[in-house]
Amino acid sequence: MTVSIVVVSHSAKIADGAIELAAQMAPGVVLLAAGGTDDGRIGTSLDKVLAALEQAGGDGAVVLTDLGSAVMTAESALEFLGDPEGVLLADAPLVEGLVAAAVAAQGGADVRAVKDAAEAALGPARRQEPGSADAAGDRPGGGAPPDCTGDFELVNLAGMHARPAAKMAGGLSSLDAEVTINGVDGASMTGLMTLGAGKGSVLHVEAWGTDAERAVSYVSALVQSGFGEP
Amino acid sequence: MVLDAGWAVKWLTLCAQAMAEHRVELIELDRAIGDSDHGENMDRGFQAVLAKLGESTPETPGAALKMTAMTLMSKVGGAAGPLYGTAFLRAATAVGDAAEIEPSTWADALAAARDGIVARGKAEPGDKTMVDAWTPAVDAARAAADGGSADLLGVLVAAAEAAEAGAVATDPLIARKGRASYLGERSAGHRDPGAVSSALILRAAVGAAA
Repeated sequence: MTVSIVVVSHSAKIADGAIELAAQMAPGVVLLAAGGTDDGRIGTSLDKVLAALEQAGGDGAVVLTDLGSAVMTAESALEFLGDPEGVLLADAPLVEGLVAAAVAAQGGADVRAVKDAAEAALGPARRQEPGSADAAGDRPGGGAPPDCTGDFELVNLAGMHARPAAKMAGGLSSLDAEVTINGVDGASMTGLMTLGAGKGSVLHVEAWGTDAERAVSYVSALVQSGFGEP
Repeated sequence: MVLDAGWAVKWLTLCAQAMAEHRVELIELDRAIGDSDHGENMDRGFQAVLAKLGESTPETPGAALKMTAMTLMSKVGGAAGPLYGTAFLRAATAVGDAAEIEPSTWADALAAARDGIVARGKAEPGDKTMVDAWTPAVDAARAAADGGSADLLGVLVAAAEAAEAGAVATDPLIARKGRASYLGERSAGHRDPGAVSSALILRAAVGAAA
Protein backbone atom coordinates (compact mmCIF):
# COMPACT_ATOMS: atom_id res chain seq x y z
CA MET A 1 0.00 0.00 0.00
CA THR A 2 1.24 3.47 -0.80
CA VAL A 3 -0.80 6.48 0.20
CA SER A 4 -0.57 9.51 -2.12
CA ILE A 5 -0.06 13.03 -0.80
CA VAL A 6 -1.49 16.25 -2.22
CA VAL A 7 0.08 19.63 -1.42
CA VAL A 8 -2.22 22.64 -1.66
CA SER A 9 -0.32 25.91 -1.50
CA HIS A 10 -0.96 29.52 -2.49
CA SER A 11 2.26 29.35 -4.44
CA ALA A 12 3.13 26.87 -7.18
CA LYS A 13 6.78 27.25 -6.23
CA ILE A 14 6.11 26.34 -2.61
CA ALA A 15 4.11 23.26 -3.59
CA ASP A 16 6.73 22.12 -6.10
CA GLY A 17 9.62 22.90 -3.76
CA ALA A 18 8.13 21.13 -0.77
CA ILE A 19 7.47 18.10 -2.95
CA GLU A 20 11.00 18.17 -4.33
CA LEU A 21 12.29 18.07 -0.77
CA ALA A 22 10.00 15.28 0.39
CA ALA A 23 10.55 13.19 -2.74
CA GLN A 24 14.20 12.83 -1.80
CA MET A 25 13.20 10.88 1.28
CA ALA A 26 10.20 9.11 -0.16
CA PRO A 27 10.97 8.22 -3.77
CA GLY A 28 8.17 5.64 -3.96
CA VAL A 29 5.34 7.94 -2.92
CA VAL A 30 3.10 9.79 -5.35
CA LEU A 31 3.36 13.46 -4.33
CA LEU A 32 1.01 15.79 -6.15
CA ALA A 33 1.25 19.59 -6.30
CA ALA A 34 -1.78 21.88 -6.36
CA GLY A 35 -0.11 25.26 -6.02
CA GLY A 36 -1.23 28.69 -7.21
CA THR A 37 -4.25 29.61 -9.29
CA ASP A 38 -5.17 28.31 -12.74
CA ASP A 39 -3.58 31.35 -14.34
CA GLY A 40 -0.37 31.16 -12.33
CA ARG A 41 -1.15 33.77 -9.71
CA ILE A 42 -0.84 33.46 -5.93
CA GLY A 43 -3.93 31.72 -4.59
CA THR A 44 -5.54 28.31 -4.62
CA SER A 45 -7.67 26.55 -7.19
CA LEU A 46 -10.36 23.95 -6.78
CA ASP A 47 -9.58 22.63 -10.27
CA LYS A 48 -5.97 21.98 -9.35
CA VAL A 49 -6.93 20.22 -6.13
CA LEU A 50 -9.52 18.08 -7.90
CA ALA A 51 -7.03 17.21 -10.63
CA ALA A 52 -4.44 16.19 -8.03
CA LEU A 53 -6.96 14.05 -6.14
CA GLU A 54 -7.87 12.40 -9.43
CA GLN A 55 -4.26 11.35 -9.94
CA ALA A 56 -3.93 9.98 -6.41
CA GLY A 57 -3.78 6.21 -6.25
CA GLY A 58 -6.43 3.89 -4.85
CA ASP A 59 -4.68 3.48 -1.49
CA GLY A 60 -5.97 6.82 -0.27
CA ALA A 61 -4.59 10.33 -0.10
CA VAL A 62 -3.63 12.83 2.56
CA VAL A 63 -3.95 16.52 1.74
CA LEU A 64 -1.60 19.11 3.24
CA THR A 65 -2.25 22.83 3.00
CA ASP A 66 -0.50 26.10 3.75
CA LEU A 67 -2.53 29.18 4.70
CA GLY A 68 -6.21 29.66 5.58
CA SER A 69 -7.87 29.75 2.21
CA ALA A 70 -5.87 26.75 1.00
CA VAL A 71 -7.53 24.84 3.82
CA MET A 72 -10.92 26.12 2.68
CA THR A 73 -10.24 25.18 -0.93
CA ALA A 74 -9.15 21.69 0.10
CA GLU A 75 -12.26 21.30 2.27
CA SER A 76 -14.41 22.52 -0.62
CA ALA A 77 -12.82 19.98 -2.94
CA LEU A 78 -13.68 17.16 -0.55
CA GLU A 79 -17.21 18.48 -0.19
CA PHE A 80 -17.50 18.69 -3.96
CA LEU A 81 -16.45 15.06 -4.29
CA GLY A 82 -18.94 14.03 -1.60
CA ASP A 83 -16.29 13.52 1.10
CA PRO A 84 -14.65 10.47 -0.45
CA GLU A 85 -13.49 7.78 1.92
CA GLY A 86 -9.74 7.46 2.08
CA VAL A 87 -9.01 11.15 1.51
CA LEU A 88 -8.03 13.00 4.67
CA LEU A 89 -6.98 16.56 5.38
CA ALA A 90 -4.01 16.92 7.72
CA ASP A 91 -3.76 19.88 10.07
CA ALA A 92 -0.01 20.16 9.95
CA PRO A 93 2.80 22.57 9.10
CA LEU A 94 3.32 22.18 5.38
CA VAL A 95 6.99 21.34 5.01
CA GLU A 96 7.56 19.35 8.21
CA GLY A 97 4.18 17.68 7.88
CA LEU A 98 4.76 16.76 4.26
CA VAL A 99 8.16 15.23 4.89
CA ALA A 100 6.87 13.25 7.88
CA ALA A 101 3.79 12.11 5.93
CA ALA A 102 5.85 11.14 2.90
CA VAL A 103 8.21 9.09 5.02
CA ALA A 104 5.28 7.34 6.70
CA ALA A 105 3.69 6.64 3.32
CA GLN A 106 6.99 5.31 2.04
CA GLY A 107 7.01 2.92 5.00
CA GLY A 108 3.63 1.55 3.94
CA ALA A 109 1.47 3.32 6.54
CA ASP A 110 -2.24 3.59 5.83
CA VAL A 111 -4.02 6.85 5.17
CA ARG A 112 -4.92 7.45 8.82
CA ALA A 113 -1.35 6.79 9.95
CA VAL A 114 0.05 9.07 7.25
CA LYS A 115 -2.26 11.86 8.43
CA ASP A 116 -1.18 11.23 12.02
CA ALA A 117 2.48 11.36 11.00
CA ALA A 118 1.91 14.75 9.38
CA GLU A 119 0.08 16.09 12.41
CA ALA A 120 2.70 14.77 14.82
CA ALA A 121 5.13 17.09 13.04
CA LEU A 122 3.62 20.05 14.85
CA GLY A 123 6.72 20.08 17.00
CA PRO A 124 7.45 20.06 20.71
CA ALA A 125 5.79 23.41 21.39
CA ARG A 126 2.40 22.09 20.32
CA ARG A 127 2.72 18.72 21.99
CA GLN A 128 1.03 17.94 25.22
CA GLU A 129 2.88 19.00 28.34
CA PRO A 130 4.24 16.01 30.25
CA GLY A 131 2.30 15.44 33.45
CA SER A 132 -0.78 17.28 32.21
CA ALA A 133 -4.17 15.87 33.09
CA ASP A 134 -4.57 13.14 30.48
CA ALA A 135 -0.96 12.64 29.48
CA ALA A 136 -0.90 9.19 31.09
CA GLY A 137 -3.45 7.87 28.63
CA ASP A 138 -1.25 8.98 25.75
CA ARG A 139 1.85 7.33 27.15
CA PRO A 140 3.04 4.54 24.83
CA GLY A 141 1.99 1.14 26.03
CA GLY A 142 -0.65 2.82 28.20
CA GLY A 143 1.98 3.43 30.89
CA ALA A 144 3.12 -0.23 31.07
CA PRO A 145 6.87 -0.95 31.13
CA PRO A 146 8.35 -1.41 27.65
CA ASP A 147 8.53 -4.91 26.16
CA CYS A 148 12.04 -4.30 24.91
CA THR A 149 14.68 -1.62 25.35
CA GLY A 150 18.16 -0.82 24.13
CA ASP A 151 20.82 1.90 24.14
CA PHE A 152 22.86 2.66 21.05
CA GLU A 153 25.54 5.23 20.40
CA LEU A 154 25.46 7.18 17.16
CA VAL A 155 28.67 6.51 15.23
CA ASN A 156 28.18 8.39 11.98
CA LEU A 157 29.71 11.87 11.71
CA ALA A 158 26.52 13.78 11.02
CA GLY A 159 24.44 12.06 13.70
CA MET A 160 20.66 12.04 13.51
CA HIS A 161 20.08 14.41 10.58
CA ALA A 162 17.21 14.31 8.10
CA ARG A 163 18.09 11.21 6.09
CA PRO A 164 18.75 8.90 9.04
CA ALA A 165 15.65 10.22 10.78
CA ALA A 166 13.58 9.52 7.67
CA LYS A 167 15.00 6.02 7.40
CA MET A 168 14.43 5.23 11.04
CA ALA A 169 10.93 6.69 11.21
CA GLY A 170 9.97 4.99 7.96
CA GLY A 171 11.14 1.59 9.17
CA LEU A 172 9.59 1.90 12.61
CA SER A 173 6.26 3.11 11.28
CA SER A 174 5.85 -0.11 9.31
CA LEU A 175 6.28 -2.29 12.42
CA ASP A 176 3.52 -3.30 14.80
CA ALA A 177 5.14 -1.57 17.74
CA GLU A 178 5.06 1.70 19.63
CA VAL A 179 8.59 2.99 19.89
CA THR A 180 10.07 5.96 21.69
CA ILE A 181 13.61 7.15 21.24
CA ASN A 182 14.85 9.42 24.01
CA GLY A 183 11.19 10.05 24.72
CA VAL A 184 10.06 11.06 21.23
CA ASP A 185 7.92 9.02 18.85
CA GLY A 186 10.30 6.82 16.86
CA ALA A 187 7.92 6.82 13.89
CA SER A 188 8.05 10.61 13.68
CA MET A 189 10.86 11.84 11.51
CA THR A 190 10.57 15.40 12.79
CA GLY A 191 10.40 14.11 16.36
CA LEU A 192 13.69 12.30 15.82
CA MET A 193 15.26 15.37 14.27
CA THR A 194 14.26 17.53 17.22
CA LEU A 195 16.47 15.32 19.40
CA GLY A 196 19.45 17.07 17.86
CA ALA A 197 21.46 13.93 18.54
CA GLY A 198 24.99 14.19 17.18
CA LYS A 199 27.83 11.68 16.87
CA GLY A 200 28.46 10.05 20.25
CA SER A 201 24.93 10.66 21.53
CA VAL A 202 23.19 7.64 22.98
CA LEU A 203 19.73 6.73 21.77
CA HIS A 204 17.61 5.12 24.45
CA VAL A 205 14.99 2.98 22.73
CA GLU A 206 11.81 1.73 24.40
CA ALA A 207 9.38 -0.43 22.47
CA TRP A 208 5.95 -1.88 23.16
CA GLY A 209 3.90 -4.38 21.16
CA THR A 210 4.26 -7.49 19.00
CA ASP A 211 7.23 -6.18 17.03
CA ALA A 212 8.98 -4.58 20.03
CA GLU A 213 12.09 -6.73 19.71
CA ARG A 214 12.28 -6.28 15.96
CA ALA A 215 12.00 -2.53 16.44
CA VAL A 216 14.91 -2.41 18.86
CA SER A 217 17.11 -4.58 16.67
CA TYR A 218 16.15 -2.46 13.66
CA VAL A 219 17.34 0.68 15.43
CA SER A 220 20.43 -1.15 16.63
CA ALA A 221 21.37 -2.27 13.11
CA LEU A 222 20.76 1.16 11.60
CA VAL A 223 22.72 3.02 14.26
CA GLN A 224 25.64 0.62 14.33
CA SER A 225 25.98 0.72 10.56
CA GLY A 226 26.13 4.52 10.82
CA PHE A 227 23.09 4.63 8.55
CA GLY A 228 25.45 3.65 5.78
CA GLU A 229 27.28 6.95 6.21
CA PRO A 230 30.86 7.71 7.24
CA MET B 1 -42.39 35.99 -12.74
CA VAL B 2 -40.74 32.73 -11.71
CA LEU B 3 -37.29 31.82 -10.44
CA ASP B 4 -36.38 29.44 -13.24
CA ALA B 5 -33.17 28.76 -15.13
CA GLY B 6 -33.67 31.92 -17.19
CA TRP B 7 -33.89 33.98 -14.01
CA ALA B 8 -30.76 32.29 -12.63
CA VAL B 9 -28.80 33.14 -15.78
CA LYS B 10 -29.98 36.74 -15.59
CA TRP B 11 -29.11 36.85 -11.87
CA LEU B 12 -25.57 35.63 -12.46
CA THR B 13 -25.17 38.03 -15.37
CA LEU B 14 -26.25 40.90 -13.11
CA CYS B 15 -23.84 39.66 -10.43
CA ALA B 16 -21.01 39.88 -12.94
CA GLN B 17 -22.15 43.36 -13.91
CA ALA B 18 -22.32 44.45 -10.27
CA MET B 19 -18.85 43.08 -9.47
CA ALA B 20 -17.40 44.91 -12.48
CA GLU B 21 -19.15 48.15 -11.51
CA HIS B 22 -18.17 47.91 -7.85
CA ARG B 23 -14.71 46.50 -8.46
CA VAL B 24 -12.89 49.66 -7.39
CA GLU B 25 -15.18 50.20 -4.40
CA LEU B 26 -14.50 46.64 -3.17
CA ILE B 27 -10.77 47.09 -3.74
CA GLU B 28 -10.84 50.30 -1.68
CA LEU B 29 -12.82 48.68 1.13
CA ASP B 30 -10.45 45.73 1.17
CA ARG B 31 -7.39 47.96 1.02
CA ALA B 32 -8.48 49.59 4.28
CA ILE B 33 -8.72 46.37 6.28
CA GLY B 34 -7.51 43.49 4.10
CA ASP B 35 -5.22 42.79 1.19
CA SER B 36 -7.12 44.82 -1.43
CA ASP B 37 -7.77 41.89 -3.75
CA HIS B 38 -11.48 41.35 -3.14
CA GLY B 39 -12.75 43.55 -5.99
CA GLU B 40 -10.29 42.06 -8.41
CA ASN B 41 -11.03 38.50 -7.33
CA MET B 42 -14.83 38.83 -7.40
CA ASP B 43 -14.73 40.53 -10.78
CA ARG B 44 -12.52 37.82 -12.20
CA GLY B 45 -14.63 35.06 -10.68
CA PHE B 46 -17.93 36.32 -12.04
CA GLN B 47 -16.42 37.12 -15.44
CA ALA B 48 -15.46 33.45 -15.53
CA VAL B 49 -19.06 32.56 -14.63
CA LEU B 50 -20.23 34.72 -17.54
CA ALA B 51 -17.85 32.91 -19.86
CA LYS B 52 -19.24 29.55 -18.67
CA LEU B 53 -22.78 30.75 -19.29
CA GLY B 54 -21.67 31.63 -22.82
CA GLU B 55 -20.51 28.06 -23.39
CA SER B 56 -23.66 26.30 -22.24
CA THR B 57 -27.05 27.23 -20.82
CA PRO B 58 -27.95 25.58 -17.51
CA GLU B 59 -31.26 23.72 -17.58
CA THR B 60 -32.27 24.38 -13.97
CA PRO B 61 -31.53 27.06 -11.37
CA GLY B 62 -29.71 24.37 -9.37
CA ALA B 63 -27.42 23.55 -12.31
CA ALA B 64 -26.62 27.26 -12.68
CA LEU B 65 -25.76 27.53 -8.98
CA LYS B 66 -23.54 24.46 -9.09
CA MET B 67 -21.68 25.70 -12.15
CA THR B 68 -21.17 29.02 -10.36
CA ALA B 69 -19.83 27.23 -7.27
CA MET B 70 -17.26 25.29 -9.31
CA THR B 71 -16.19 28.36 -11.24
CA LEU B 72 -15.81 30.66 -8.24
CA MET B 73 -13.83 28.04 -6.33
CA SER B 74 -11.47 27.67 -9.26
CA LYS B 75 -11.11 31.24 -10.46
CA VAL B 76 -11.36 33.59 -7.48
CA GLY B 77 -8.10 32.55 -5.83
CA GLY B 78 -8.58 34.30 -2.47
CA ALA B 79 -10.63 33.20 0.52
CA ALA B 80 -13.79 34.47 -1.17
CA GLY B 81 -13.49 31.61 -3.70
CA PRO B 82 -14.12 28.69 -1.37
CA LEU B 83 -16.52 30.75 0.76
CA TYR B 84 -18.79 31.84 -2.09
CA GLY B 85 -18.18 28.54 -3.84
CA THR B 86 -19.44 26.65 -0.82
CA ALA B 87 -22.39 29.05 -0.50
CA PHE B 88 -23.48 28.44 -4.10
CA LEU B 89 -22.82 24.71 -3.81
CA ARG B 90 -24.99 24.35 -0.69
CA ALA B 91 -27.67 26.55 -2.26
CA ALA B 92 -27.60 24.33 -5.35
CA THR B 93 -28.19 21.28 -3.15
CA ALA B 94 -31.05 23.06 -1.37
CA VAL B 95 -32.91 23.86 -4.60
CA GLY B 96 -32.20 20.44 -6.11
CA ASP B 97 -33.17 19.87 -9.72
CA ALA B 98 -36.50 21.70 -9.55
CA ALA B 99 -37.34 23.78 -12.61
CA GLU B 100 -38.43 26.72 -10.45
CA ILE B 101 -37.51 27.97 -6.98
CA GLU B 102 -40.45 28.60 -4.62
CA PRO B 103 -40.30 31.49 -2.12
CA SER B 104 -39.73 29.21 0.85
CA THR B 105 -37.09 27.26 -1.10
CA TRP B 106 -35.28 30.55 -1.70
CA ALA B 107 -35.21 31.11 2.06
CA ASP B 108 -33.92 27.53 2.49
CA ALA B 109 -31.26 28.08 -0.16
CA LEU B 110 -30.06 31.27 1.52
CA ALA B 111 -29.91 29.47 4.87
CA ALA B 112 -27.93 26.61 3.31
CA ALA B 113 -25.56 29.13 1.69
CA ARG B 114 -25.05 30.96 4.97
CA ASP B 115 -24.46 27.69 6.82
CA GLY B 116 -21.90 26.72 4.20
CA ILE B 117 -20.05 30.01 4.66
CA VAL B 118 -20.08 29.54 8.43
CA ALA B 119 -18.89 25.94 8.15
CA ARG B 120 -16.06 26.89 5.80
CA GLY B 121 -14.94 30.16 7.36
CA LYS B 122 -15.81 29.45 11.01
CA ALA B 123 -17.07 33.02 11.43
CA GLU B 124 -20.00 33.96 13.63
CA PRO B 125 -22.39 36.89 13.41
CA GLY B 126 -20.65 40.02 14.66
CA ASP B 127 -17.19 38.96 13.45
CA LYS B 128 -17.33 41.60 10.69
CA THR B 129 -17.54 39.19 7.78
CA MET B 130 -19.95 38.28 4.99
CA VAL B 131 -21.89 36.29 7.60
CA ASP B 132 -23.13 39.65 8.90
CA ALA B 133 -24.87 40.24 5.57
CA TRP B 134 -26.12 36.68 5.09
CA THR B 135 -27.61 36.06 8.51
CA PRO B 136 -30.09 38.98 8.46
CA ALA B 137 -30.86 38.12 4.83
CA VAL B 138 -31.72 34.55 5.78
CA ASP B 139 -33.93 35.73 8.65
CA ALA B 140 -35.70 38.32 6.50
CA ALA B 141 -36.30 35.90 3.63
CA ARG B 142 -37.59 33.26 6.06
CA ALA B 143 -39.96 35.73 7.73
CA ALA B 144 -41.22 37.04 4.39
CA ALA B 145 -41.72 33.54 2.96
CA ASP B 146 -43.44 32.23 6.10
CA GLY B 147 -45.59 35.36 6.46
CA GLY B 148 -47.33 34.39 3.27
CA SER B 149 -48.23 37.98 2.45
CA ALA B 150 -45.05 38.59 0.53
CA ASP B 151 -44.90 37.42 -3.07
CA LEU B 152 -41.77 35.98 -4.61
CA LEU B 153 -40.36 39.40 -5.41
CA GLY B 154 -41.08 40.49 -1.84
CA VAL B 155 -38.97 37.63 -0.49
CA LEU B 156 -36.06 38.52 -2.77
CA VAL B 157 -36.33 42.18 -1.81
CA ALA B 158 -36.49 41.39 1.91
CA ALA B 159 -33.27 39.36 1.67
CA ALA B 160 -31.44 42.00 -0.36
CA GLU B 161 -32.45 44.87 1.92
CA ALA B 162 -31.49 42.95 5.04
CA ALA B 163 -28.11 42.07 3.52
CA GLU B 164 -27.49 45.71 2.63
CA ALA B 165 -28.39 46.83 6.14
CA GLY B 166 -26.22 44.04 7.53
CA ALA B 167 -23.26 45.22 5.44
CA VAL B 168 -23.69 48.80 6.71
CA ALA B 169 -23.91 47.47 10.25
CA THR B 170 -20.39 46.00 9.93
CA ASP B 171 -18.94 49.54 10.01
CA PRO B 172 -18.42 49.81 13.79
CA LEU B 173 -17.52 46.15 14.31
CA ILE B 174 -14.05 44.91 15.21
CA ALA B 175 -12.97 42.14 12.87
CA ARG B 176 -12.44 38.73 14.44
CA LYS B 177 -11.87 36.65 11.28
CA GLY B 178 -9.75 36.92 8.19
CA ARG B 179 -6.97 39.32 7.35
CA ALA B 180 -8.84 42.26 8.91
CA SER B 181 -8.66 40.62 12.34
CA TYR B 182 -4.92 41.37 12.43
CA LEU B 183 -5.86 45.05 12.66
CA GLY B 184 -7.88 44.56 15.83
CA GLU B 185 -9.61 47.76 16.89
CA ARG B 186 -8.29 49.61 13.87
CA SER B 187 -10.69 47.56 11.74
CA ALA B 188 -13.63 49.48 13.26
CA GLY B 189 -14.92 52.34 11.11
CA HIS B 190 -14.60 50.39 7.87
CA ARG B 191 -17.23 48.36 6.04
CA ASP B 192 -16.50 44.70 5.45
CA PRO B 193 -15.92 44.10 1.73
CA GLY B 194 -17.27 40.54 1.85
CA ALA B 195 -20.51 41.76 3.40
CA VAL B 196 -20.78 44.36 0.64
CA SER B 197 -20.21 41.86 -2.17
CA SER B 198 -22.76 39.54 -0.55
CA ALA B 199 -25.34 42.32 -0.57
CA LEU B 200 -24.54 43.00 -4.24
CA ILE B 201 -25.23 39.35 -5.08
CA LEU B 202 -28.58 39.35 -3.28
CA ARG B 203 -29.56 42.71 -4.84
CA ALA B 204 -28.79 41.26 -8.29
CA ALA B 205 -31.27 38.45 -7.53
CA VAL B 206 -33.96 41.14 -7.22
CA GLY B 207 -32.89 42.84 -10.42
CA ALA B 208 -33.13 39.58 -12.32
CA ALA B 209 -36.72 39.07 -11.18
CA ALA B 210 -37.92 42.63 -11.73
